[in-house]
Amino acid sequence: MWSSWSHGRRVAVLTIVVTIILLPIMIFVLGPNMPPGKNTDVGKGQVFDNTVLLIVMTPFTAFILTYLVYAAIAFRVPDSDSREGAHIRGHMRSQIIWLVTTTAAVLFLAIFGTAELLSTGAGGGQGPKPITKPGGTVLPVQVIGQQWEFTFRYPTYGGVETAQLEIPVGTQIAFHVTSLDAIHSFWAYQLGVKADANPGVDNVAYVKPKTTRSFDIRCAELCGLWHGYMFDTGYVVTQSQFTTWIAQQQRLYAKSMKDLPPFAYTYAPDPTFRAG
Amino acid sequence: MSLLVGAGRLRLAGVLVVAAAIAALIAAYVVFLTHGPKPYRPAATGPAVDLTLQTVAAVGPNLSPNENWVSYLIQENGKWTRSTVWTLPANTLVHVTLYNYDGQSGLRNPFLAQARGIVGGNFTVDGKPMSHIDPDAASHTFAIPQFNVIVPILGIADDAKNQCGYAPCDPSMAHYKIQFTFRTGKKGHYRWQCFVPCAAGFVYGFGGPMQTIGYMDGFINVV
Repeated sequence: MWSSWSHGRRVAVLTIVVTIILLPIMIFVLGPNMPPGKNTDVGKGQVFDNTVLLIVMTPFTAFILTYLVYAAIAFRVPDSDSREGAHIRGHMRSQIIWLVTTTAAVLFLAIFGTAELLSTGAGGGQGPKPITKPGGTVLPVQVIGQQWEFTFRYPTYGGVETAQLEIPVGTQIAFHVTSLDAIHSFWAYQLGVKADANPGVDNVAYVKPKTTRSFDIRCAELCGLWHGYMFDTGYVVTQSQFTTWIAQQQRLYAKSMKDLPPFAYTYAPDPTFRAG
Repeated sequence: MSLLVGAGRLRLAGVLVVAAAIAALIAAYVVFLTHGPKPYRPAATGPAVDLTLQTVAAVGPNLSPNENWVSYLIQENGKWTRSTVWTLPANTLVHVTLYNYDGQSGLRNPFLAQARGIVGGNFTVDGKPMSHIDPDAASHTFAIPQFNVIVPILGIADDAKNQCGYAPCDPSMAHYKIQFTFRTGKKGHYRWQCFVPCAAGFVYGFGGPMQTIGYMDGFINVV
């Protein structure tokens, strides 16, 4: 039977078989381990989104790889055969199937991605007027990018500024991300948060951490000499640990508090006294 | 036929010459970028090491082709050199003495005007203990973010007499003497930098010497 099938039918059947083998692996093995992990509400959403992306791309990847291997075997010509190969002709049905299926996949992902983005904000910066706002109490935390360090202000706690980021578990956090100089990008990897830090712009990203843990903070926008060293470690702690820590920070930075401008969502510091 | 072959050889030779020229230019650029002052390794004095630094408004023609660039200098065997890559022992106290001959530029973020991460929490300015300065009076900072170390450097007043022109500057010229101690952590490769936008003549004060290792930024190799 196999030998009587056309190449197209063989490739189609092989593709279906490979897809059936790969899909459970993608859904049950690779999917749950997709980045950035399920440590926050938006992180969990991103794992789901990445898994859907994986599922949609699996049959296409299976087809491409299957065809590649099949062609290498079935269309192999011995070195001794010097005859000219058959003329290549178009195959309308194959082309239409390919165009329709890939277009449908891309359109589905565009609609799915937009819906996901609108439902939670997906941990991304939503600009100064977020489309998606979570309900309930929100703890605002300002992230200030500067060459080359992130610092953090807590308006709920007198506007204290700190060199370290700590947030309480189970609390809805609103990161207000801005910059004092160049364009940076605040990327809290395990939280699933990434928001550009633009001077003069308040870029808001929401997240609700589900477990206590440390997380990596990196600048994700090439911002100058020490961009590669613009990293830090943040912590999700219990509410009581956070209360103790923020009180410590208020005492520790009492002197600098007097110098700080009143809390605002953006700042426009004098670029420089000297260099202008 | 032979003419065509000759033209082909000529083209090939041209391509090879151009490729060789490009390779030479790239090599020269890499050599230029990597050919900086040698790393400084202070002699250990018991459980601590000393670093003696100088910050100057203009590094001068004897120490750099960019004579007007602001810079840190380090004292090595009694001589001031422009090296910002230092090798320090791990988990060791580092006593820093810094002579600042530069004026006041001001911090963009006033938060950085408070010292952190240094032993005792205080630094001294001409012997007077301080933990914080007026952010507008900051000339530079000495900061190792990975050690959470930052020390604001007080700048000399604009109307100070006998200001230093080109480095190295003389102790008789207007300056502040800043002293502090920090502890190195575990072995590794750490960067240090200035946070004040002090690069005169560059956009927002953060170009030139602020973006080039050997002036206001460097590495600490903790071994």
